[in-house]
Parts: sequence; C-alpha cells; structure tokens
Amino acid sequence: MEIVLIGLNHRTASVEVRERVAFTPEQAQEAAEQLRARGILEETLVLSTCNRSELYGVPRENATDSAGAVELFVASFHQLSMSELDKSLYRHRDSQAVRHLFRVSAGLDSMLLGEAEILGQVRDAYQIALDRGQTGPVLNRMFQAALEVGKRVRTETDLGTKPVSVAFSGVKLAERIFGKLNNHRALIVGAGATSEQVVRHLCDRGLKQLRVINRTPEHAVDLASRFGGEVIPWEKLPQALDWPDLIVTSVSVEEPILSRALIERAMAARGNRALLVIDLGVPRNAASDVADVYNTYLYNVDDLTEIVEQNKKARVAEIPRAEAIIDEHVEKFLHWQAGVAAGAVLGDLRQKLSAEREAFVQERLASMPHLSEADRAQVAAMMQEFLDRVVISPAERMRGIPELRRKLQNFEAIRDLFHLDREKP
Amino acid sequence: MTSPYVIVTLLFYAASLALYVWNLREPSRAAGIGATSCLVVGLGLHYLALLARSRLIHGVPYDDLFGSLSLFAWLVAFTYLCLEAIHRRRAVGPFVLPIVLGVFLLAHLPEARQINAPPAQGPLFAFHVTLNILAYAAFMIACILSVIFLIQNWRLRKRKLGEVGWRFPALDVLERMARSSVMIGCVSLAVGTAAGLITEHRLRGTYWTGDPKVIITVVILLIYVCYTVLSGTAAWRGARASALCIFNFMFVIFSYSIVNRYLSHFHRY
Repeated sequence: MEIVLIGLNHRTASVEVRERVAFTPEQAQEAAEQLRARGILEETLVLSTCNRSELYGVPRENATDSAGAVELFVASFHQLSMSELDKSLYRHRDSQAVRHLFRVSAGLDSMLLGEAEILGQVRDAYQIALDRGQTGPVLNRMFQAALEVGKRVRTETDLGTKPVSVAFSGVKLAERIFGKLNNHRALIVGAGATSEQVVRHLCDRGLKQLRVINRTPEHAVDLASRFGGEVIPWEKLPQALDWPDLIVTSVSVEEPILSRALIERAMAARGNRALLVIDLGVPRNAASDVADVYNTYLYNVDDLTEIVEQNKKARVAEIPRAEAIIDEHVEKFLHWQAGVAAGAVLGDLRQKLSAEREAFVQERLASMPHLSEADRAQVAAMMQEFLDRVVISPAERMRGIPELRRKLQNFEAIRDLFHLDREKP
Repeated sequence: MTSPYVIVTLLFYAASLALYVWNLREPSRAAGIGATSCLVVGLGLHYLALLARSRLIHGVPYDDLFGSLSLFAWLVAFTYLCLEAIHRRRAVGPFVLPIVLGVFLLAHLPEARQINAPPAQGPLFAFHVTLNILAYAAFMIACILSVIFLIQNWRLRKRKLGEVGWRFPALDVLERMARSSVMIGCVSLAVGTAAGLITEHRLRGTYWTGDPKVIITVVILLIYVCYTVLSGTAAWRGARASALCIFNFMFVIFSYSIVNRYLSHFHRY
C-alpha cells in the first residue's frame, strides 16, 4: 500500500516549465486513465492548478520503481525530456506524500500563504477522480483527510481569515460591517484592473447587486456585463451614491470626486444606513473628511495596505498551529494505513494457516481409519481452535492496537515469517 | 455558599470564561467546544443549585433578591447560549461570562435563609417574576452587544481593527442581535408586568398601587420601546442606538439596586 507523489510547483519550477506540465481537466482525466490502464498505478489523482501539477498514486502490488515509471509517463505525456523535467520535480512517498498533500490543502505550500482557493481545487480534483472511479480506499481516505485538514486549519487558525490582498481586504472589511453581502449593493466608480479585482471578490462573496460608473462608458459596460451589473452614466454620480452600501472608487482624478457634502446628502437620502467607501485611487478619490460623516467608514489604499502587511505577519505566525493540525492528521492517517496493512496480512495469514491445517489434518487422519466421521470433525475443529488461539487471536490484537504495531516496528515481517508472499500469484 | 453545586457551577463558569477568552485570542475548535460545553454543564449545575436553594428556603428559589439574581444569571447564560447556537459566534462569550460569573457569585455569597413566604403565590405570580427576570436578562445581553458594537464601530472608524477585531461579528449582526434581544425583553416585560398587575389586583383589589418598582418597570418598558422605534430611524441608526441601549440599561440597574433595596414597598426585589 505504497503512496507515491510526483509533482512540481512555483518553488521548484519556472513558470515556463509549469505551463508545459500543466494538465487541463481533460488531460488530467486522460493521464489518470492511462496510468491505470498501463498498470503503473492502481489509484491515481492529478491535481493541477496554476502554480502546481501533482500526480498522486498508489502503485499495484509488487510494482517496482513505480515513481520512476510515473516520471517517465509525465515526461512523455507532455513531450518533455527527462533532463528538462528532472530538476523541477519533487518526489515523495508514503508519509511524506501525505504530509505534502495536507500542507497543500492547508495553504501552507501556496505562493500566497494560507490562500483559500487551493482547498476548492483539491476538492474538485478529488471529486472528479472519485466520480470516474480513479481513486480507491487509500487515496479516498487521504484526500478526505486533506479536505478536513484544510477546513480545520482555516477555522482553527488565522492563516486564512485575514486578507492579504488590498482588493480582498476591502471586501473582508465590508463583511465586518455588513455581515453577509448577499443582501447588499455595491457601486464601482472606475472600471480599471483594481476595480475588477474587487468586483470579482465581491461577486464570489455573493454580492446582491452591482452598479458600475466610469468616465469611459465602454469600460463600464465591459465590466458590468462580465459580472452581471448595471451601468450608470458618469453624470449621475451624485444621485447614484444614494443606492449602494459599499462604494469602491479607483479613478484617476486631480481632486476628490467624493466630497463630504456629497456623502452627507447621500447618507440623508439613504436613511443613514451604514456606508463603506473603499478609495483605491491615487490621488485619493474621497476627501478625508468623508470619514467624519455619521455611519460612514472610509478606507483608502494606504489603510488597506497597512492591514495587508499586518495580516501577512499574522499569517506567518500561525504556521506552527497549522503544522500541529497537520501532524495530528498525518499520524491519524498512518494509523489507519497501518491498520489496513495489518488487516491484509492477517487475511493472508488466516488463509495460509487454514490451508496448512486442512492438509495437515487430512494427512494425519489418513493413518487413523478407526476414527468415526464425528471424531474426525472434532479433531479438525480442535486444530482450528488451537490455531485461532495461538496465532490468529494475537494477530487480531495487532490490527486493533496501534501501539502494538508501533512496538513491532515492521508489521510486514510477518509476511516473511510465515512465507505469505510465496502464496501470492 | 449553601450548596456544593454552587462551587462546582462557579468552577465550570470560570472554566468556560477562560476558554472563551482563549478562543477569542487564539481560535481553536477544542477551546471553542470546551467553552460551550463548560457553559452547558455550568447551566445544568446552576439549575441544580437553584433547586437546592429552593429546598433550603422552602420556597421558590427567587423568593429573595439574591435568589432572583441567581435566576437572572442563569437566564443571561441561557439566552446567550441560544444566541450562540443561532448565530454560531463565540466572540461575545468573553463579555457575557464575566457578568454571569459575577452575578452568580453575588447571589450565592450570602447564606441562603428561609424567609416568610410572599403574600402573592401561584402560577401567575411565578409567571410574572420569571418573565420580568427574563426581560432583564435580555436587556443585559442587548447592553453587552451594544458595548461590543461601539468598540467595534470605533475600531472600524479609526481603522484600528487589530487582531481581535476580525473575530467579532459584523456590526450589522451585532445590531440585529441587540435589537432582537430587546424585542424579547420588551415582550417579556410587558406580559410579565401585566401578570404582576393582575396578581396585584387579586391581592389588593387594585391594579395600580403607585409602588416605585412598578413605576420604574413601566419607565423601563417605555424607554426600551423608544429604543426599538428609534434604532430603525435615520438619525439614531448605528452607534447612537447602541449608546441609547446602554443608557437604558442604567435604568435596569437602578431598578435592580436602589429601587429594590430602598424604594419599593411591596416588592422584595
């Protein structure tokens, strides 16, 4: 029950190599099918994101150098030479592979420490492989544990709670004021790249309604159409301020376009409901005294950058806590794996001893013709009971008690001891 | 301290408080579940302590001021637990538990003594007392939520959210929680007071005796109704409504302290 992992990521490979080794969803399926069809792996899962391509697998029993075979397969699949690929790849086995996956799902191995998207990507990759029957008991257990690790790390540590991008910080701030955004409205003033990032995050968080206002209407139409928003003409900016709970502004202007008087008028029109103004423009788009208006919260790009810097430090400080959760789950997985291995050995042992007992009893009973059928059956039952008591019962205990397995160090030695492998086809 | 349950309850409440604070500083599933579990066990033990007190004084546990304080602490903890279950937020716990712990301690420090049975008896009277104490517990929760709202609002306006600020519920959630808590309090107080007036009528043949306790209770009901109306208006929405909620609670404290001890003619608390 070996586990192999072959992969590369943003730390080990340049973007050129990563691009060449990336798997589209269709390619990922095809690669997984081929690896199984060629008998290289019994269980497979391809995890491919913009920053990593990883292939997890469980080789067939008695397979030799399956990791090497997977490497060769990846090279040939992407039409690369091994020399091109070799120095970019990392190879992990068993507990190291498990730990690596858990770190990935926790966001510890991401370019942006603690990012949340990776957990969804792991979940999607696992779901696809599961639906197509490409995983088996080992990878199922491993990926389910990885998803649990990712969830726990995000709920029990601050690794993923605090935003580390300016755009996302603004959105998270909005959630600190309004709670869920699915009942709130946003007005985007300016349709540049920064605005788009914010809009993307807002829509991901379930924003109810969106309006875009821009001096160049074509840009506003483009942004609004991609995210299902409405376009408002630039001249109607003052009136448009009555409508949103959140204003995100990032236009290039000499003087602030949002004055205190304008916001005060808007607040009066909207019954003083809380208003968050995120000013991402440089020079600033909102006058600083807008912050003094009752129930108005104003954040400019410097405020958000400061939050981001604090949060980055806080995320790094959370690594030991995330690692502790990972350690706990790696240990748990290894216990489970050892239990399954023990079960397999036990099954073989039981089968082997039954066959031996049967042959032994037949041989001995052949020289005792005076025994009745009932006596023969009783002798056979006694032999079985003896074997159960002396060998099977202690072995059963081994399956149930992890501590005992740890003491024995190498449970597989039982195979050699009883010549179990010789019986395998 | 009259009952062994009191010590154990105190320990569980203290453990719950410690775990809630820990969970706020360093969120962890174990600390969070531990905090809630200790609170649940504490509530169970507190209930047993109330029963023990009841047996000792041969009457309902809230026959005197201290007993009513104990019931008040129990209802505050219970109401908070319900809010936690509904909103799935533990960040308010560190603010509620000190109150529960303090009031519980205050209630059980003096030895419980048997006192003369009150002239009013029966289920309607029990209904009156329980509902009024529940109302005060709800107002207490609303006050705590309003304090947190003001702190969080100040942090957000000053752009000083800090470590803990990210873990508190959103302002909107805090405001809604406070408002629903006040609603519960108003309904309980209105029904409870009505039950009290009917009891009064049965006992003395009149609904209105001009007792200062009744007057302050009606005042409290009115100012909280004002809060529910004003908190939805443009001028008061947000921080002002929260400040008003805290101000209103001063009347509850006044009713529970000065009025109970020195002014009321018929009420023991």
